[in-house]
Amino acid sequence: MSTGVAATHAAKADGPLKLAVPRGALFGETLDALDGAGIDTSALRGDSRSLIFPGEDITIVTMRPSDVPTYVEAGAADVGITGKDVLLEQSDRVVYELLDLGYGRCRMVLAGRVGDASLGESQRRLGMIRIATKYPRIAEQYFEGTGRQVEAVEVKGSVELAPLIGLADGIVDLVATGRTLEENDLEVREEIVVCTARFVANRVAHKLRAAEVDDLTARLRKATGG
Amino acid sequence: MIHPIPPGTRDILPDEMRELRRLHEALLGVFAERGYGEVATPAIEYDEVLARGDGRAADSAYRFFDGSGELLALRSDMTIPIARLVAGRFAEAEEPLRFCYLANAFRAVRPQRGQMREFAQAGVELIGVPAPAGTAEVVEVLEAALDAAGLGRAVIGLGDSDLFRQLLTEFGVAEQGREAILARLATHDLVGLELALGELGLSTEQRETCLALAQLRGGSEVLERARDLGGAAVERATARIQGTYDELAARGAADRVQIDLGLLRDLGYYSGAILEVYDPALGHVLGGGGRYDDLLHRFGVDRPAAGFALYLERVHLAQMEESRRGGGDR
Repeated sequence: MSTGVAATHAAKADGPLKLAVPRGALFGETLDALDGAGIDTSALRGDSRSLIFPGEDITIVTMRPSDVPTYVEAGAADVGITGKDVLLEQSDRVVYELLDLGYGRCRMVLAGRVGDASLGESQRRLGMIRIATKYPRIAEQYFEGTGRQVEAVEVKGSVELAPLIGLADGIVDLVATGRTLEENDLEVREEIVVCTARFVANRVAHKLRAAEVDDLTARLRKATGG
Repeated sequence: MIHPIPPGTRDILPDEMRELRRLHEALLGVFAERGYGEVATPAIEYDEVLARGDGRAADSAYRFFDGSGELLALRSDMTIPIARLVAGRFAEAEEPLRFCYLANAFRAVRPQRGQMREFAQAGVELIGVPAPAGTAEVVEVLEAALDAAGLGRAVIGLGDSDLFRQLLTEFGVAEQGREAILARLATHDLVGLELALGELGLSTEQRETCLALAQLRGGSEVLERARDLGGAAVERATARIQGTYDELAARGAADRVQIDLGLLRDLGYYSGAILEVYDPALGHVLGGGGRYDDLLHRFGVDRPAAGFALYLERVHLAQMEESRRGGGDR
């Protein structure tokens, strides 16, 4: 029946698929994964200050990892790559999480000063822990889920500073090697969740550009050994 | 001086209003032409009455007490008020009943682009015509409405709301596990779905069936691929979708329909066919609908029913995006 083809044609839209790629810690491994999936990333590897890299089948747009869900949800990008930490923190954004890419592995942890008892003491004497974090929603959800009350203080810069000078009893932060914690005399107390890079899609693009999205998902799955 | 209005609400000024009115007239014209009579219901209803229709939707409703202590709620869609109206005023009427509406509804959502606390919907309810004929008629009206709005590229997703619930029951998954799986399907979190399926102790084959079904979307060929996965739940759902699709094809109305076995809608009253509307120019869903053959039963009348609703602000946005692209559908 030709009807299915017609639906696909009706949906065949608007030029190349737009892929949002995160700058920052995930950038290098994301480019490697894209190379492995047969997407030319040479233009992104130079010193170019460009944000948009047009291609025949796929146009790559680069941005902060935390902006990826925003662009993908609105459909400004059809698909994107970002960390699970970003997706958890922005869990109200409607994007389809299609694939765990496996790289960019780090742990979201609760950390406190080495040998310091203030986390436990605040919990016991005040019934409430004060946490500094860039991830207030993840922190609040975690403590709620473990039956504890928390005051999550959102900071934008170096979170490690907060417990050292008494802004908070501890921090909730993303840890890759643990070196930053060590250098600041902090230690992991609890592990909250393990985060890796994820491939996400806009809800409408997932329906209307199904063949392209599925093809790219399969290629990325192969390239990252998922 | 600026006096604020709550986020997620808005004023409409003459330029936009003129365009919206044109859209309203185009849509109401289509509905009237096809025999759908326009109705209006109060924006405020008794909470108990609305919750009877859908307990889950009631979670996001605005509720308040009136002076005599009655718990009231703002309607969050028009389907439930019309079900209430049919049960009260048309219980003995000859079938079928055809109603349309253009009305504002309210949901306590987090305001963001395109998601409003107060929003306008236009849609139809067809009561008394079972699947597949009733579903096909509703899809036909929806297609005519999209054409009248100038959205010639819009696509209608057609799925089955009972598929996964029945499939998981068939696999012997208990209530709690089933809800966890359905929640991940509703948000289309495939990574989480794979993990949750792993925790249920299903066989590899059963896990793969779930994951494959969630991603099956396209033309009628996807029904073949679904049937190859086997099982009674898949058999029932594909037969229902096939029936609707064949009926649409016979009416020459299947071209813009995308079969989507992974489709799930978040309202609690759907049974059987479910619909979603997309336009390539917009990243948001334009509207949705489907069958709710049990909804009227909750109000004491047993009648099959189906319908759809379009979000008018989003349809208007899609019209503007389409015209910006210079594509023009006329």
